[in-house]
Amino acid sequence: MRTLFKTDYNQDIRLFKHGGAAFWYAVLGVALLMPPWLSGEYWLSQLGFVCIYGMAGIGLMLLSGYTGQISLGHAAFFAAGAYAETILLTRGWPFPITLLAAGLLAGAVGVGIGLRALRLAGIYLAIATLAFAFMVEEVLARWVSVTNGNNGLTVPAVRIGSVEFNPAGARFYYLVLGVLVLLMLAAINILRSPTGRAFVAIRDSEIAAQSLGVNLAWYKTVAFAISAAFTGIAGAFYAHKLQFISPEAFTIVLSIELLVMVVVGGLGTLHGAIYGAVFIIVLPEVIGVAKDYVPAGIAGQPGLKSLLFGLIIIGFMLFEPLGIYGRWRKIQLYFDRFPLYRKGTFKRQKAYIRTERLR
Amino acid sequence: MTFFEAGDLTISFGGLMALDRVSFEVRQGEVCTIIGPNGAGKTTIFNLISRLYEPSRGRLIFRDQDITKAPPHRIGGLGIARTFQNIELFEHATVLANLLLGRHPHRTTTLLEEILFLPRVRRAELAHREKVEEIIDFLDLQKHRDTMVASLPFGVRKVVELGRALAVEPTLLLLDEPSSGLNVEETDDMAFWIQDIRNARGVTVLMVEHDMRLVSEVSDRVIALDYGRVIAEGAPAEVQNHPEVVKAYLGG
Repeated sequence: MRTLFKTDYNQDIRLFKHGGAAFWYAVLGVALLMPPWLSGEYWLSQLGFVCIYGMAGIGLMLLSGYTGQISLGHAAFFAAGAYAETILLTRGWPFPITLLAAGLLAGAVGVGIGLRALRLAGIYLAIATLAFAFMVEEVLARWVSVTNGNNGLTVPAVRIGSVEFNPAGARFYYLVLGVLVLLMLAAINILRSPTGRAFVAIRDSEIAAQSLGVNLAWYKTVAFAISAAFTGIAGAFYAHKLQFISPEAFTIVLSIELLVMVVVGGLGTLHGAIYGAVFIIVLPEVIGVAKDYVPAGIAGQPGLKSLLFGLIIIGFMLFEPLGIYGRWRKIQLYFDRFPLYRKGTFKRQKAYIRTERLR
Repeated sequence: MTFFEAGDLTISFGGLMALDRVSFEVRQGEVCTIIGPNGAGKTTIFNLISRLYEPSRGRLIFRDQDITKAPPHRIGGLGIARTFQNIELFEHATVLANLLLGRHPHRTTTLLEEILFLPRVRRAELAHREKVEEIIDFLDLQKHRDTMVASLPFGVRKVVELGRALAVEPTLLLLDEPSSGLNVEETDDMAFWIQDIRNARGVTVLMVEHDMRLVSEVSDRVIALDYGRVIAEGAPAEVQNHPEVVKAYLGG
């Protein structure tokens, strides 16, 4: 087991807490550069989806996992980013600018909903954001002159100068991976500075946060804006991946998928956002493969996939409220303290989401 | 200079008159204690000073400045920090993070600088940490430094909350029942710290407290409250023997 002897305040601030962590992140980094050589086109494409969901996951994690504001409307920000990217590219804006604009537009929408939602908390906030997502979906379907309504839009390919990024190719994968890493760094930076601590303060006790000078309205709005901007950027890449977008791609199912992602991954941890993204993308694949090994009578049933998906999520809620990240920590600790691990070690820990709280 | 003055504070919840024209003063450098039976309105006074409640009339003056209309998140920055009767810590954060939140009123960096984590942000963070580590030493919290508050025992949480308030570097510290839930030994520590906070750090303390032993030990002045009105004021021994106070506590 590793014991850290701290001799410098910087040790709490730096990105990698010790040499071992730096080493393993380097290994991970190299491993993430490999897939274009090692895996087929299909899995490369799925990895691209993991990165895209990961971006949105980080955004939602900042809002729900760290600031404690539940959102069931993130499909709206996803859509805002996707449509902004598509429309601006079609009008001839150059690529990196459109991505930035997509993030900013989604962020602005986030400020709008954030301001409206200031007085709401818990389940009421979830309902309000859900209603907002329905409105956005409806606007996308009706505002035909801009969005082409239910007929949808074809998404132009990403191009920087003369270099084209094929959404199924290696270049596009590196692009989304790079952006994911940048967003991750931004999130880590926020969390290790006063703004991130203010988010956590709002999540755990609004009343104490206020008495320590945290302006609730400001920080909640900032959390919504950042979360929406990250999700908007994810939406822009999602549009490229799909190559064709219509309102049907941004329904409540997507919102729920995003929320499930952060809850199953582990609320209140950035690792959890990535684990959740892997979970959401990989699980359907695993179920698909597993189908081949069960009797055809069962495998052929319609809705089996959704059923299993649902069961696994319920299982997480019941047995591992801290999600995949929590489970991973426990396994780590088990081996760290090998013969001495006690089952009760994590007894006191509870899930972060709570619906109502006495003010 | 008026250090702190509450004038004519009045607030009612529905038909219940929680505070009825309460006026008192806190002098710089003293430990002033508010006592009174349950429901007398002691914590209400704190919540009014923190601006969590809106008084229906009256005024609050702090260092010659009228703070009656100040927004709640400005109070910390003005130099008033507080603890809560039922502990309002950030449970899913470490002790260190909790104390660092006490530094929030002293934030000097902007959001954009923080996203990029510019050298300026790192310097500010290190300076905050230095202050916080000093408080950790002062309150003997070293061994709990990196522990989640959720897994700390009650007595330690009380101390962490005191530390968080001190991290604000207040000139006026509001302590809401600092000894409630503490055992005798912990209460002695608390008394020692309160005296030290006043003597060594020059912080004025206004507290609400029930433990009369602690009250007599540390306070310079006591204000007794009953049914939302001030019934006695003066030195601890004087107030404890005041006929109105005896009546309020024992009935009659």
